[in-house]
Amino acid sequence: MSRLKLALPSTAVLALLIAVWWAVVLATESVIFPTPWQVASGTLELIQDGTLGEHIGASLLRVGTGFLLAVVIGVPLGLWMGWVRGAFNTFNPIFQILRPISPIAWIPIAILWFGVGDASPIYLIFISSVFPMIVQTTAGVHTIEKRYLWAAENFGVSRYTLFSRVVIPAVLPQIIVGMRIGLGVAWLVVVAAEMIALRSGLGYLIIDSRNAGNRYDLVIAGMIIIGLIGLSLDGVMRLLEGLKAVRWRYAQQD
Amino acid sequence: MRSKIEVKDIKKGFVADKGPLQVIEEVSFSVGDGEFVAIVGPSGCGKSTLMNIVAGFIRPDRGSVVVDGVERNKPDSKGILISQHGSVFPWLTVRENLMFGLNGHAHRDKAGLADHYAGIVGLKGFEKSYPHELSGGMLKRAELARALVVKPEILYMDEPFSALDALTSLRLRNELLRILSEERHTVLLITHDVEEAIHLADRILVLSPRPAKIQATLEVKLPHPRQLTSPEVQELRIAILREIGIGDGPLAVERTSSIA
Repeated sequence: MSRLKLALPSTAVLALLIAVWWAVVLATESVIFPTPWQVASGTLELIQDGTLGEHIGASLLRVGTGFLLAVVIGVPLGLWMGWVRGAFNTFNPIFQILRPISPIAWIPIAILWFGVGDASPIYLIFISSVFPMIVQTTAGVHTIEKRYLWAAENFGVSRYTLFSRVVIPAVLPQIIVGMRIGLGVAWLVVVAAEMIALRSGLGYLIIDSRNAGNRYDLVIAGMIIIGLIGLSLDGVMRLLEGLKAVRWRYAQQD
Repeated sequence: MRSKIEVKDIKKGFVADKGPLQVIEEVSFSVGDGEFVAIVGPSGCGKSTLMNIVAGFIRPDRGSVVVDGVERNKPDSKGILISQHGSVFPWLTVRENLMFGLNGHAHRDKAGLADHYAGIVGLKGFEKSYPHELSGGMLKRAELARALVVKPEILYMDEPFSALDALTSLRLRNELLRILSEERHTVLLITHDVEEAIHLADRILVLSPRPAKIQATLEVKLPHPRQLTSPEVQELRIAILREIGIGDGPLAVERTSSIA
């Protein structure tokens, strides 16, 4: 009941927005900009002929592959840079220069290196999500409180135990934050990347709908679906924050 | 009594913004095997630095710490440090925390041993709880149990109960005495709470303000359990407070200053 109450204002604003959109389209008698109804029926059309599922699947597969690659490389690299001063001093300046370069700027190079197949967007997703993960993981190691490291030292545990029982669990909340940011950026980038050169994916759907006969109903349908999937991806990452082993970190903020 | 810990001519300074800062000036003392020694001193006098040196976490500029006749310069599980803010790992359950120090030990039933010590400190039923689900007093119990489970010969306690309310602190002091009567440990306690020192220790060393020197040594010959309201305790308290330099006012003032 209280959740319903919380959702009420945003639902009302959303409804108002749709109503205004509808009214404006009708009032201006636009022939190209679709009404909400046309967007809904366009979406239904895409679902029925099966292309929507294909586009979503293609986009998710690219994001999944690029993102997992970024996790597999970014997290260990971040741990190493956090733990070993020399590694940090060596690599951090380079990453700080690469990090602010928009993934979009990499598109020409990605096409040059990987062609117009799936490898290009995967590379772009990797490049966009690996840096937030390196940065967050490194910062996580740097902020481990000394008293915990001292305690581990005091009990004289092995290096393996130190890492598996202290360092990694201590950094895990930060790693999850990095993954959340990384996945968010990855989703942003996949759509942009697919607009350039590919034959599938939600980004392709948008560009193709516009090019093939100004189907703006499908353009907007694609945008809304991208938003909804982005929201659910973030929801999945939020579930990770609820894990018992990391809740200590977030519990303090409640 | 054979001496367990021998602290010889420790000196330590730091480089602060305003230039070099001498924190510890020539401190020497010894702690006998099985003895409970408390070090009291005003806030900011370098007590914690001294403790971190004795426990092996910080190297002194000069001097040495000898444990069981061997010079020591890094921490080991022979002596466990229990500090004011605690270091119970928040990402592990109580049981996992207690089992942490047993990693690499050949003990067969680590979980059983952990639970046994959880029981000793009164945490039975909380073995699977996470630290953030415990109160401050229970966290201290968990920390104490985690130290005890590795059977250390020495406990280094740096203001262990000072973050707790007075009642919880008193209760934990009594529990500590009960545990110590069963398992003989050598204890070095650092505190600013004079009453706590008198309650627990066999011998009390009074530190001067920075740079820290040992200003006085007082034997506490009272048998346990000690009556904290007894005239002997009051006398001792006044003597210690006078050494610290706040002993000349009325008793009420002394009482607040010893609790603060």
